[in-house]
Amino acid sequence: MKKLVLCGVAALALTACNQNAPADKGGVDRNAIVLIDGSSTVYPITEALGEEFQNAAGTRVTVGLSGTGGGFKKLCRGEIDIATASRPIKAEEVELCKQSGVEFIELPVALDALAVIVHPGNSFVDCLTVAELKTIWSPEAQGKITTWNQVRPGFPAEPIKLFGAGTDSGTFDYFTTAINGEEGASRGDYTATEDDNVTITGVGGDNFSLGFLGLAYVTENAGKVRPVPIRQANGVCVAPSVKAARDASYQPLSRPLFFYVNKKHADERPHVGAFIKFAFSPAESEKLVAEVGYVPLPTEAYSLALAKFEARKTGSFFDGGSRVGVTAEELLADAGK
Amino acid sequence: MAGELNERRIVATSKAQDLVFAVLGIIVLFFAMAMLATLVADLLIDGLSRIDMQFLTDFPSRRPSQAGILSAWVGTTLVMFVTALLAIPLGVGAGLYLEEYAPKNWLSDLIEINVSNLAGVPSIIYGLLALGFFVYGLGMGQTVLVGGMVLALLILPIVVVATREAVRAVPSGLRESAYGLGCNRWQVVWSYVLPSARPGILTGAIVGLSRAIGETAPIITIGALTFIAFLPPSPIQASPPFLNFDWLNSPFTVMPIQMFNWTSRPQAGFHENAAATGVLLLGMTLVMNGFAIFLRYHLRKGLRS
Repeated sequence: MKKLVLCGVAALALTACNQNAPADKGGVDRNAIVLIDGSSTVYPITEALGEEFQNAAGTRVTVGLSGTGGGFKKLCRGEIDIATASRPIKAEEVELCKQSGVEFIELPVALDALAVIVHPGNSFVDCLTVAELKTIWSPEAQGKITTWNQVRPGFPAEPIKLFGAGTDSGTFDYFTTAINGEEGASRGDYTATEDDNVTITGVGGDNFSLGFLGLAYVTENAGKVRPVPIRQANGVCVAPSVKAARDASYQPLSRPLFFYVNKKHADERPHVGAFIKFAFSPAESEKLVAEVGYVPLPTEAYSLALAKFEARKTGSFFDGGSRVGVTAEELLADAGK
Repeated sequence: MAGELNERRIVATSKAQDLVFAVLGIIVLFFAMAMLATLVADLLIDGLSRIDMQFLTDFPSRRPSQAGILSAWVGTTLVMFVTALLAIPLGVGAGLYLEEYAPKNWLSDLIEINVSNLAGVPSIIYGLLALGFFVYGLGMGQTVLVGGMVLALLILPIVVVATREAVRAVPSGLRESAYGLGCNRWQVVWSYVLPSARPGILTGAIVGLSRAIGETAPIITIGALTFIAFLPPSPIQASPPFLNFDWLNSPFTVMPIQMFNWTSRPQAGFHENAAATGVLLLGMTLVMNGFAIFLRYHLRKGLRS
């Protein structure tokens, strides 16, 4: 047993040699850490911002992966500085924060488009309407809508294989709200997964399959799956893309992603404010958000968000509900007032 | 004459049965090994080319080719160190007590049943317990110490059960001779039972630690981080007292969390990173096991002489 302990000490000594202390920049509190936790959807963005901020300012950043709900719990306990979220804060979560006296500032940080995908060999689906998607995905469709010709008479009488996000994900919440009109309302007889790569594999492996997932996965797997254009209210079919999501012409499947900043921490911890200023400088943000596969907000939205932060405007735009088709401009219309 | 024929037939049948079973055994073994080999080969093909010094010495990054697992492997090493330090003495102590000291009554029966059952509790339950009790109840936060503690709890039943089995396997003649020479109970346990049981105990500890090193669920539950681009403070410092225990209270990440995060990312480069992390995790487990096997071999040699 002594040998075991000795070896452990040796291992620790080894780690000691590897100490890569971040570069000492003048005036930076070495112990200051920006504490971020929350959505796994927003994670790639936070990771990129954290990485660059730590390089630029020398302040440490940590990011957890507790999920949107877990992030809000931690925010309301006052444990973290920023909660990231792939949906707006819910009424009961607002209540939780109120009880513990935590005020938050809601800032949209990027957009994410959800894509409906089919097999690349599928030539008959040129465009789908929201009503057709609802026919496929509504709770009533369970066990009944099983072949393509039930969706539209011209489609072949082949069975549809469905793939989609699991019920724990914000993607599922948003898709059901946007398509079925009610959060969480969906048929249950599809292949549900928390890992979007499974959806890619599944849809890519069957000629008559259909699935939905985040746009970044479609871009990375071009050729394996084909995104389906969605017919808009004006009759035009729009394919999911960064541009279409950014100018709000791809509806209703694009959604904002959020930072919720603890107001007290923003006031008392200068490094939190510095991080937000860094994150919402259009130059950095647009580049980084696009690099990790998400849709940057329109340029002016970043300065609006920053103004909202500077004015410490608390509360949620959504009043505890989730709405479809909200643009960043609308979100920030009252910013800074 | 008839009897002899009959006997021959029985021998022949038995031999045939032996052969069938041997062939069946080889087929089963082959399948198991082939499955394992496929998994390992798949991991190696995907991940081996990604492993280099950069991968070991860099922090996580949004660019797959610049991402590394420095904070993860240091985290894993530190957490496993805490886990081993807590679980082995506690588990061995509890096992020894139950086997050598505890009176055989309903209470020890109850404890025995519970310890065996604990070994089958899903790991996420331990994570929830740690979150509620250590992290919030005691206000310890999400630290290396808590990570080590939850994994120690997780493998404690394994160590206890292995210790008891090993202690039980010590020939009672050994104990009785020692008592006969006038040793008291402690002397018997410390000088005779424990050394003979050590190889078995070590096996149990290794099985436990190998399980702990790959656990993701309880560590994620207590809120370990995913992106962390700095290391815990060094445990060894230049000025007296030379040892520094701040690292116990440092936030951390571990290799299975990095793997979990990377496999769910869209970019193929991250999947390669995840495979590479898997290879390294496999390597770390092998090194750990190899060390224990080496130790066990030497202890056994010591016993014989």
